[in-house]
Amino acid sequence: MNPVQDTIIGVEKITAGYKNTVVLQEVSFEIKRGEIFIILGESGSGKSTLLKLMIGLNKPLSGSILIEGQDIVSAEGDERLAILRKFGVMYQRGALFGSMTLLENVRLPLEEFTDLPPGAMDLIARMKLSLVGLKEFGGLLPAELSGGMQKRAAIARAMALDPRILFLDELSAGLDPVTSAELDHLVLSLAHNLGITFVIVTHELSSIYAIADRVIMLDKELKGILAIGSPRDLRDHSENKFVRRFFNRQGISDAPSEKFS
Amino acid sequence: MPNYGSSHMPESSSSSIHTSMIAPGVLGVKIIGRLDSLSTGSIWRETNLELDRTSPKQVIVDASEIEYCDGSGIGYLFELRRRLEKGGGELSIRGLHKEFQQLLDLFKPSEFEEPPEIKPESFGFFEKIGQSTGKICEEARALVEFVGETGTALLKALLNPKQVRWKDALLVAETAGVNALPVITLIGFLMGLIMAFQAAIPMRQFGAVIYVANLVGLSMVRELGPLMTAIVLAGRSGSAFAAELGTMKVNEEIDALVTMGLDPVKFLVVTRLLAAVIMTPLLTLFADLIGVLGGSIVLISLGYSLATYFRQIFSTVTYVDLLGGLFKSIVFGLLVAGIGCLRGLQTEIGASAVGESTTRAVVGGIVLIVAVDGIFSVVYYYLGI
Ligand SMILES: Nc1ncnc2c1ncn2[C@@H]1O[C@H](COP(=O)(O)OP(=O)(O)O)[C@@H](O)[C@H]1O
Ligand SMILES: [Mg+2]
Repeated sequence: MNPVQDTIIGVEKITAGYKNTVVLQEVSFEIKRGEIFIILGESGSGKSTLLKLMIGLNKPLSGSILIEGQDIVSAEGDERLAILRKFGVMYQRGALFGSMTLLENVRLPLEEFTDLPPGAMDLIARMKLSLVGLKEFGGLLPAELSGGMQKRAAIARAMALDPRILFLDELSAGLDPVTSAELDHLVLSLAHNLGITFVIVTHELSSIYAIADRVIMLDKELKGILAIGSPRDLRDHSENKFVRRFFNRQGISDAPSEKFS
Repeated sequence: MPNYGSSHMPESSSSSIHTSMIAPGVLGVKIIGRLDSLSTGSIWRETNLELDRTSPKQVIVDASEIEYCDGSGIGYLFELRRRLEKGGGELSIRGLHKEFQQLLDLFKPSEFEEPPEIKPESFGFFEKIGQSTGKICEEARALVEFVGETGTALLKALLNPKQVRWKDALLVAETAGVNALPVITLIGFLMGLIMAFQAAIPMRQFGAVIYVANLVGLSMVRELGPLMTAIVLAGRSGSAFAAELGTMKVNEEIDALVTMGLDPVKFLVVTRLLAAVIMTPLLTLFADLIGVLGGSIVLISLGYSLATYFRQIFSTVTYVDLLGGLFKSIVFGLLVAGIGCLRGLQTEIGASAVGESTTRAVVGGIVLIVAVDGIFSVVYYYLGI
């Protein structure tokens, strides 16, 4: 699939923070349709804040965030619902509903927002689970799964209504390297097969090299963007020594990208 | 030479300090042995005394015979340097082994300037009053907002019952209602029994034992049935609602609902409120009955027949009493479930947050029940109910 190079998310001059601190100051950038976009930065630099702004959970002090041209900051009511329908979110700890089985979790958005017959909902939910490799586990409760499986299930639920964008918070946090690599593979195949745009918070450098089209690096002091670009570009050509050093950390070979296409 | 492992004995006597004035204003300090967490304390104190006494411009530490130095030792040397430099003095350390020197160089005195960044929050009397008032106003605002949101959602649910997740509501009704039957039975029965027993003894002296039936019947149906049921509900279900929603908040499940476009109030609160509204009057009715049965035991044992007892009750307790009590219980159920859900949704981040919400839900629920019961008493009195 050839990603069309138009803008799917436009962040424009966002200033945001909490009670008496400003975390992000006049931050602007764009995310292209079909790309895998990674948010990086030291802890406390505002990654989660930025993600929460983009999915409309937090309101900025000023600025706008356009999702396919519609501003999620100012949208209300039905317009807001329409924007929410464009994306799915995988929360850091999965946020699966603990009292429901995996299948029920994935079914829930279908039940609430479609008028499909019950049998069809089941089938679609099972298909989503099979996309993330959990076909046989639909009957289990979230607590009965490992951390990696919970994240997969959360991705399946996020995809229930076929959104065009998936936000993944802390994709590899708390996972072993093997599971983390499996998730990378899942992301790549979903991006490749379904053309989904991914916005991912992660720190795993190997995973960044494996999947990222572009990376944004946030900085605490700057309250904004330290660097933005493809990881290889940043490693070789960034003006900032710290950025070059980060992308050059040991153990990362310059092996050709494992990306499809 | 550092001598790792030569002396494992963690005794404070394994180190010593010797001080002398080398020149006017120049203090010489020689430390021998281990500077570790066990021995540094006494050396630190001794040095402070010496510094206070002599207030030198310069201190020269002979460190060549320090054989081991851990974090406390580094802290000691660092503090010495910081203290002197702050007073415009100078510290030179001679002969400190390279490895310890490297450790010491990791810290820059300028990064440890006092006071530490965190400003102590001390407020004057009036600021405190202002803050508390602000908090109360905020709390009131949240309450009004919640009542409004919930009211709208409930109304919408009643106008459009298909949208309610009845399966969830039934599940809540089962745990909050059906499963509460044993404890309601126990408390209701004992309440009726004890009340009848306590009243029967003095009333027997006047030959008025039969009026115990009036007492038990009226007080159970009008007051104690609804009140007891509501308090049990607050303890069993108000707390459970707060804990459930609180855990969902902490687990980002509430966020997940919001970004799916689902309203948590509609999705989680309405089902619980509906379940409470349906179950509390039923439970109250049950409690009334069980309490009256409890009272009957006493009268039967005093020689009255069950038929007499019930005839007496039916002649005093009217439908108005019964419906008044049941209406009260519906309001109690709404309040208890509502405050449970509100506290759950207000849960903040952290391990203790859910526990706090639960406590606040139960305490808030009981306070509300008692306060509203008082209001009901006054209103019913004026309405002649
Ligand atoms: N709910 C909150 N209330 C107040 N301050 C917050 C809150 N969440 C985050 N912060 C602050 O905002 C800053 C950025 O946090 P966050 O976006 O979580 O960073 P990251 O995800 O990059 O680690 C931090 O300094 C943090 O203390
Ligand atoms: Mg974060």
